Amino acid sequence: MEFLNHLGGVFEPVAFLLLLGGTIGGLILGATPGLSPTMAVALLIPFTFQLEATQGLILLGAAYTSTVAGGAVSAILLKIPGAPANIATALDGHEMAKNGQGAKALHISFLSSGIGGVIGVLLLIFLTPVLAQWALAFGPSHLFWMAILGVTVIGSLDSKSFVKGLLSGCLGLWLSMIGYDDIQGAQRFIFADALTGGINIISALIGIFAIPQVIEMFAKGRIASSISSLEVEKQSIWASVRETLGYKRALSIGTVCGSVIGLIPGVGGQIAGLLAYDQARKFSPEREKFGSGYAEGVVAAESANNAMVGPSLVPLLTLSIPGSPTAAVLLGGLLIHGIFPGSDLFDNHPKVAWTFINSMLVGQILMVIFGIWIAGYAAKVAKIPNPIMAAAVLVLALFGSYSIQQSMGDVYIMLGLGLGMFFLEKFGFSAAPLVLGLILGPIAEANFIQGSMIATAGDGTLSYFFGGVLNLFLIALVIASIAYSFWASIVLAKKTAPKPEVTK
Amino acid sequence: MNSARLQHLIPGTLVLLLALTVVWLSFTREPAESFLFPRLISVVMLALAFWNFVRAATGLAKVGTGFTASLLVTIAPGVAVMIIFIFFLAKQFGFYVSSTIAFVAIYAIYDPAPHSDPKSWAKRVGVAIAFMVLMYGLFSILLKVQTPRGMFF
Repeated sequence: MEFLNHLGGVFEPVAFLLLLGGTIGGLILGATPGLSPTMAVALLIPFTFQLEATQGLILLGAAYTSTVAGGAVSAILLKIPGAPANIATALDGHEMAKNGQGAKALHISFLSSGIGGVIGVLLLIFLTPVLAQWALAFGPSHLFWMAILGVTVIGSLDSKSFVKGLLSGCLGLWLSMIGYDDIQGAQRFIFADALTGGINIISALIGIFAIPQVIEMFAKGRIASSISSLEVEKQSIWASVRETLGYKRALSIGTVCGSVIGLIPGVGGQIAGLLAYDQARKFSPEREKFGSGYAEGVVAAESANNAMVGPSLVPLLTLSIPGSPTAAVLLGGLLIHGIFPGSDLFDNHPKVAWTFINSMLVGQILMVIFGIWIAGYAAKVAKIPNPIMAAAVLVLALFGSYSIQQSMGDVYIMLGLGLGMFFLEKFGFSAAPLVLGLILGPIAEANFIQGSMIATAGDGTLSYFFGGVLNLFLIALVIASIAYSFWASIVLAKKTAPKPEVTK
Repeated sequence: MNSARLQHLIPGTLVLLLALTVVWLSFTREPAESFLFPRLISVVMLALAFWNFVRAATGLAKVGTGFTASLLVTIAPGVAVMIIFIFFLAKQFGFYVSSTIAFVAIYAIYDPAPHSDPKSWAKRVGVAIAFMVLMYGLFSILLKVQTPRGMFF
């Protein structure tokens, strides 16, 4: 129960104000289509430079939590999911709003998000210290395979084409090697002066997530916004609370699906929401009502996508392996403040670790209160015209990438990677595995080199990296993740193959 | 060869060439210890890039929408402003002035309001200035963080 000793840290004036600001800002950013949680958190990182590590993480954690929930506002009122995690919410949420139950849908959505989110963070609180201690048993070879697993899982599951997903992961690993090598100081792949210091993770993240979004906004051209928001009528909050708590089955399914999926690196909120929605429909005696504005669908989807947030940080805080692109951005935020996840975080920086985790717990409650309160206003922000949004994101991207080291080189890298990512995305390459490769590359390399040294002095490389139960288990997971995607791509190809014409 | 297959062949070829370059650099540069991990990754990357190339050449790589002429025409002015803003304006004029210019330019290019209407120009300039005043307050006064400096501020 160590987390209770640090609960007071959340209520220190500056920390609480940041939590409040992060929650409200996150709700508004989340409600804005085109601003994904990952991009919002990446753009916020430069704002944390002047803050203490704990304060910075509180801001980022609050933004992460509330952007996922805020996406429900535009999903319900505009039928445009603010984030991929809210796709399932739009199915019934928007129908409810069309039936004159917009306020009820918003209330139920935030209440379900809050319940799922609190349970997810409790899972994070109780699992993380245990796993962090267990992680002490991990040697360099295990950490090497864990890093490779992170890239292959996200590369195979997050991409529509598993070859391109894995290739994106390899591109990320290669990008992480650019610059001077840590051990010998040798120059590696430095093609331009701006690359001498290597690729800064934060500017790369901003470029990869923000620039393609800006160009996508350009791609919509000079079209007047046709988004129409549905009006929100008044609704008793207590009636919504009673109704939400009445959907025990959907809440349980959503929370379990979200928590389990959150623990699997790379799967993400979109799948959590859709899977929970699908399962809730299968188990519901009124399954025919799903899709026609049935509140149970909103409960399942929203409790799942927020229950996923806490567990998605477990692999990050225990093994330094970010389970999602947003967790990867948070890892960047931790490293900037000189904090390394794992047992070191809980042994040497318990205040930072527990205040951050506690802030996510308190943040869930604030998110429910402010979500219900400002949902109507957030929907108005969602209607900001594309050119204004594109210009604002571009300015913030320049500021964010420059402020890391006051270097225009980082800005050029940000733009270069962003333009490159836009081009690659158009051909089915995915940003998530590339980012994971970029972040996990140094972890994989450092452990590979360390492991090679141990292996040379011991039994040899082959038995060191391929021997032992844990190594074999991790290798099996790497192979299984690739094999599953390969099998899934064959099944999909068969399904989508044109049927032969019937000759008369 | 149809247009879609040709389009997929372009990134396929570029990535394959990149992978070949990375393999070549990894296996020819010294000291070898520094390129141990790059060698491992580059070989995997080359294998995947070759597989992807073969799929693109045989028409099996169908994921992704690719580019159309109208898409290129639509995004080109915005991308041009972006490049000019970052590579030239920001360094010459400083962050706030260059950002205001880029903001107005992007807003004007993609704003459906008629360019001949002075009111729409007043709105564009007004929104850009309001946004930059907010940014100035946030970055320079509240957070006191450095922004790119040029002949202005």
